[in-house]
Amino acid sequence: MSEKALEASELKTLPSWQPFEWIVALRFLGEGRTQTAFIISGVALGVAVIVFMSALMAGLQSNITKSVLSGQAHIQLQPAKETVRPLRSSNSTLAVGAVVEGAIIQTPLQRIDSIDQWQSIMVQISEIPDVLVVSPAAKGSALVVRGNTSQAISINGVKPDLYFQIIDMTDKMVSGTMDLTGSDILIGIELASDLGVSLGDKIRVTMATGADNTLTITGIFDFGNKTANSQTTYVALRTAQSLLGMVGSVSVLDVNVKDIYAAETIAQRIEASTGVQADSWIKNNAQLFTSLGAQQSSNTVIRLFVALSVALGIASVLVVSVVQKSREIGILRAMGITRGQILRTFLLQGGLLGLCGSIIGTARWAVGFVRFYYWFCDGRGWIIDLDANANR
Amino acid sequence: MDKLEAKHNTNDVVLKMQNVRKSFNTGLPNEVEILHGIDLILKRGEFCAVVGPSGSGKSTLLNIVGLLDRPTEGSLSICGEETTRMDDHALTRVRGHNIGFVFQFHNLLSAFSALENVMMPLLGEAEFPNKEMTERAAMLLDSVGLTPWRDQPAYQLSGGQQQRVALARALAMNPALLLADEPTGNLDTKSADAVFELLRKVSREQGMTVLFVTHDPSLAARCDKTIKVVDGKVVDDKEVDDKVVS
Ligand SMILES: Nc1ncnc2c1ncn2[C@@H]1O[C@H](COP(=O)(O)OP(=O)(O)O)[C@@H](O)[C@H]1O
Ligand SMILES: [Mg+2]
Repeated sequence: MSEKALEASELKTLPSWQPFEWIVALRFLGEGRTQTAFIISGVALGVAVIVFMSALMAGLQSNITKSVLSGQAHIQLQPAKETVRPLRSSNSTLAVGAVVEGAIIQTPLQRIDSIDQWQSIMVQISEIPDVLVVSPAAKGSALVVRGNTSQAISINGVKPDLYFQIIDMTDKMVSGTMDLTGSDILIGIELASDLGVSLGDKIRVTMATGADNTLTITGIFDFGNKTANSQTTYVALRTAQSLLGMVGSVSVLDVNVKDIYAAETIAQRIEASTGVQADSWIKNNAQLFTSLGAQQSSNTVIRLFVALSVALGIASVLVVSVVQKSREIGILRAMGITRGQILRTFLLQGGLLGLCGSIIGTARWAVGFVRFYYWFCDGRGWIIDLDANANR
Repeated sequence: MDKLEAKHNTNDVVLKMQNVRKSFNTGLPNEVEILHGIDLILKRGEFCAVVGPSGSGKSTLLNIVGLLDRPTEGSLSICGEETTRMDDHALTRVRGHNIGFVFQFHNLLSAFSALENVMMPLLGEAEFPNKEMTERAAMLLDSVGLTPWRDQPAYQLSGGQQQRVALARALAMNPALLLADEPTGNLDTKSADAVFELLRKVSREQGMTVLFVTHDPSLAARCDKTIKVVDGKVVDDKEVDDKVVS
């Protein structure tokens, strides 16, 4: 033999870190290039659909959650509402407890109820570790009069330093400031235009009880919601208390917690320990969550079927390639390669097809889909919140 | 080389077949017996030709000897190891260590180069490539005169070259028994002669037993021994060279 043949520098060697199965699998895949390319594209497409559907769902959820929570506290404490009870008979001619026929059943007029011992309850809630902030508020309805126009509004008497931690107003202010003192009032842009008022103007607020006060507009906000913009107003807590005739007491305690999805559990805990009715945003929006859940399950079903067809695609390609490669399998068996090694070679091919397809599908196609979606929706792209997905 | 010599010396009888029968489609209405009781003993270094008309069962015989197929009846031992009761894994091990194959067609993996094809049995055994196996494969390729074609993809080689690569690969594990099923069948006379001489030389140098199926009477005549298979039976068992036979 010639020395030349033995020169290692001239010898092309196989990569020493690759095991037998890996080397053979890669070569076989490389040999059936077109087939490999097709199945990888197929897997990529399937994976892209799955990724897209997941992103869509997550985006939808996070956007809805975000928009719901931008206008309300995670948990709201309110005194229990008075409920209606039918008049029961105490007359001996009727069975005890039977409903008296003809009795008129009517919901009682809701008085503005205040929370008993709200200061101590507030301290108690603040001590729960998951609670971020507790804000007391006095709420009620009023009439605003200017010239010959009058309009029903809802008065929210709040402590601005606490309340604006619950509802972030910074990016909702159109003009003015969020500090509320004395006779300041914040109103929505809709109300401002209805009344034809602007910053610094004075408006007169009248209660059903006859109490009234003249307030100065120190800020105008836009919630992006017509009803809220025409009805919601904010005043200092003390101002509201005196207008509503509930000096020293509050009607609502707003609570924000660290984990928004734990709100319901915390609400139940608060209700159990304080005896005050506590409603979480989850409970308040139960219907929304139900429809979101329905969306989620149909989305999951679609994803499952796409995943299934991707898996079946890979499996069928493997079956076909085993048949195609029966000659090669024969050669390998004749040189002492075990069944296990050959089985692993083909399984590895399947795995590699799946992996490459998934990587390409996730990277390339997901980006493409999102772009397409933005283009298609033309500015309605709010449905997908990429930031929210990235943070998940 | 000491270890290899030892392997060949442990038992002088490399192949022992007793009353081997082979039926296809057993238990089905179209059951057919192809081999009707074959007895064959091959010793170390014997070069044996197998001749006979096509369809007589020569390939079936070689597949059984090479443990690619199991006999329906009878016993078969390779290098003293009785194989009829072995499971697939054990058969694969015996095959990998003791038997080399060269077929008439399609011996090579087209996705690999000549050198890589020769390495393949060593790689399958060791699991990871290393320098020694690459060098051994290069040495074997050199011994069949194919160094210049070392890195050519297998499918780009001529028929004769492919058979020589197949031979080099069959020798990679230094088997005690080499099975060649018409390796020269589709080669021109000159290439056929070259491959045959190569086989002959390796057998002589390394004391390798060879079972060589051929249709060419002139090649058969140059072997130590010839068996003629007709209709699944050995009809003629002729010893050409006295000194090898006991
Ligand atoms: N797997 C099989 N099933 C059924 N019959 C087979 C099978 N393999 C071979 N045969 C038959 O066995 C006979 C011998 O075939 P073979 O050993 O290839 O002959 P040779 O190599 O001598 O030409 C043929 O008649 C063939 O049809
Ligand atoms: Mg044949």
